[in-house]
Amino acid sequence: MRPGYAIILERAIASPTTMTTNATPEALSHAPSLAIDVQGLSKSFGRMAALRKVDLQLAYGEGLALFGHNGAGKSTLIRTLTTLIRPDEGTVRIAGFDRESQASKIRSIIGYVGHQSLLYDDLTPRENLRFYAKLYGLPDAHDLVERSLAEVGASTYAERRVRVLSNGMQKRVAIARALLHRPRVLLLDEPETGLDQGGLELLDSVVAAVKQGGASVVMATHGTERGLALAERAIVLADGRVSLACATSETTVDAIQQAVLAERGASSRSGAQA
Amino acid sequence: MGTAGLGIRQALLGLAALLFLIDLYLIFQYAPTASEALGLQVQRIFYFHVPSALLGMISFAVAATASVVYLTKRGRKWDRIAWASAEVGTVFFTVAIGTGAIWAKPVWQTWWVWDVNGTLTFMLWLVFIGYLIVRSYAPTVERGSRWAAVVAIFGAAAVPFVYMAADWWEGLHTERITGPGASGSMQSEIFVTFMFSLVTFLVLFIALVAERTAQRGVEESIEELRREVSA
Amino acid sequence: MKSYLRSAVAVYAKDMRLEARTKETFSAVLAFAVIVAFVFGFAFDPSPTVVALVGPGIVWVAYVFTGILGMNRTFAVERDRGTLEGLLLAPVGREAIYAGKLASTTTIMLVVEVLLYPVFLVLFELNLFNIWFVLITIAATVGFSAVGTLFSAIAAHTRAREILLPLLFLPIVLPVIIGAVASTSAALAGDGWDGVGKWLQFIVAFDLVFLVLSSWAFDFVLEE
Repeated sequence: MRPGYAIILERAIASPTTMTTNATPEALSHAPSLAIDVQGLSKSFGRMAALRKVDLQLAYGEGLALFGHNGAGKSTLIRTLTTLIRPDEGTVRIAGFDRESQASKIRSIIGYVGHQSLLYDDLTPRENLRFYAKLYGLPDAHDLVERSLAEVGASTYAERRVRVLSNGMQKRVAIARALLHRPRVLLLDEPETGLDQGGLELLDSVVAAVKQGGASVVMATHGTERGLALAERAIVLADGRVSLACATSETTVDAIQQAVLAERGASSRSGAQA
Repeated sequence: MGTAGLGIRQALLGLAALLFLIDLYLIFQYAPTASEALGLQVQRIFYFHVPSALLGMISFAVAATASVVYLTKRGRKWDRIAWASAEVGTVFFTVAIGTGAIWAKPVWQTWWVWDVNGTLTFMLWLVFIGYLIVRSYAPTVERGSRWAAVVAIFGAAAVPFVYMAADWWEGLHTERITGPGASGSMQSEIFVTFMFSLVTFLVLFIALVAERTAQRGVEESIEELRREVSA
Repeated sequence: MKSYLRSAVAVYAKDMRLEARTKETFSAVLAFAVIVAFVFGFAFDPSPTVVALVGPGIVWVAYVFTGILGMNRTFAVERDRGTLEGLLLAPVGREAIYAGKLASTTTIMLVVEVLLYPVFLVLFELNLFNIWFVLITIAATVGFSAVGTLFSAIAAHTRAREILLPLLFLPIVLPVIIGAVASTSAALAGDGWDGVGKWLQFIVAFDLVFLVLSSWAFDFVLEE
């Protein structure tokens, strides 16, 4: 898994146009130094402010662990990075592309694994991946799909309907789906849910390989240890604000957990949740 | 923003009320009683019916135009205007449909006629209702605004088609019903009353839309303050 | 342009493959259509004079209500199962998603409508095997789908999709319904192009306008 991804990604960053069919050479030529650059991001849903003036920077090849209690805004932040959510205020730049005007380009270089598998229950993993390969305009779809299935250990189940697969196996295929187009930024929202030991090991190696290939990872997680182990930077969100931001080398599991709990107490005192 | 235009809006409402009183006098005292064929006293409802229908159409045009601007330029103001227009327009259409039915029964022995105007009025009324309802079912206010704008634009685009289809259909199926007031020359009293009614309703429309738009503006300001405060 | 076609075809092919495998939408829509036809069969005395008068109306009411059911499913299923996001996450223009969905909905509806021809023949002695009627069916169904697919995307995101789709959709496609009924009468009476032509052109004009409009509006509807 590791070498294949790294080699492909290195080649891709060297000659960006092979990565996607949508990106033009001019747009990619001013290669930015930051994979993710978010400033002053705010988003509200009706009366509830989900994100308040969030700042976030992440360099290429780095991992960011996103911590916070339920309802703190982790999912909203990740989904904003995927362009599914439009910010009320602030700027979002991913790989130098501005969300406001270049959302489509952003979508071509991000991979997302969320709570839902984004797979069609009545199609097989192979059919699902082939569909997405076509949608993303990827060449050599057949070989690519077979390789992706092998990478996540789903080859033996490639011909069975997704509906009959276990949650863990579905998640593996979802991960394969997210990596199909070799994204430059991988966004994971609590990816550890539903994974068994083998799945967790796969997750670890995927994150490591992605980073080694020069891509970045943002992972929202409740697993403090895993988060700190896999990432270089950590952020704790509370009530839509960044309450703690530091390098993972400078903090401990306890410190993070305390930060998360402290804010949880504060927010349940102030009342209304989503 | 809320109090800025307050003076003008109050003046407009006052003017509308005044015009309405004068209008009532004109309709019930000044205008002549119609012939038996046109319904005698019931015919006076014509002075409510036609202006309501016309103002409904104008409301629709305003709502649709504001919707286009809202989608392309995204200013909240345009959505507020469109929404206010839709609300007021729905009321006008309802009055038009109601008065139409009240008038039609004694004159034509039927509650409703699917002529071109009737069909168009009814269809736009439904579009307006869809416009208002879609907002209440939307997950967020913004999405509701966008969906409603799309509904209004679609309604506007469908109008010429509805008009043509209803016209051809009418030609195929019913003998043309000469609407009362469709005759070439109107007595001067009728004409004056009618025009005055039209102006009254127009002023009423403007006054109500202005008021409602301002109200919405204040509501949105409150929401925003709430958000900022709920730290 | 190429990526637009490729994506639209990908979405269409995926929908058709799913449909061929599960026959979910198809069977629900077909069953409903047959039931509606039968209800009309009980409600009306199918004597030739009555059928000549109300036949076209019955056919199109049946098709419209069946269509509403089918169109609702277009996006409701995608949204409920979470796969709509998969489409939205892809670097694909929203118009391409619209085109693909439009094509798959139209295909299913056309198949069901044609399958209903023998049903109408048996119940009402209404012979719909008529080239003009086929053309009318295609044109009108495209019109319904063009508008319905868009409003389905709206309705799918609400709690009240069963009521919202018909409420939004029917006033807009009213001209198509009128046109379809009128031209069907003419077609069945054997009028040929003279009676049918005007209406057919009218419906096609509607289709073109609303295909473009819906394609444009689709992005606004899906934006979060």
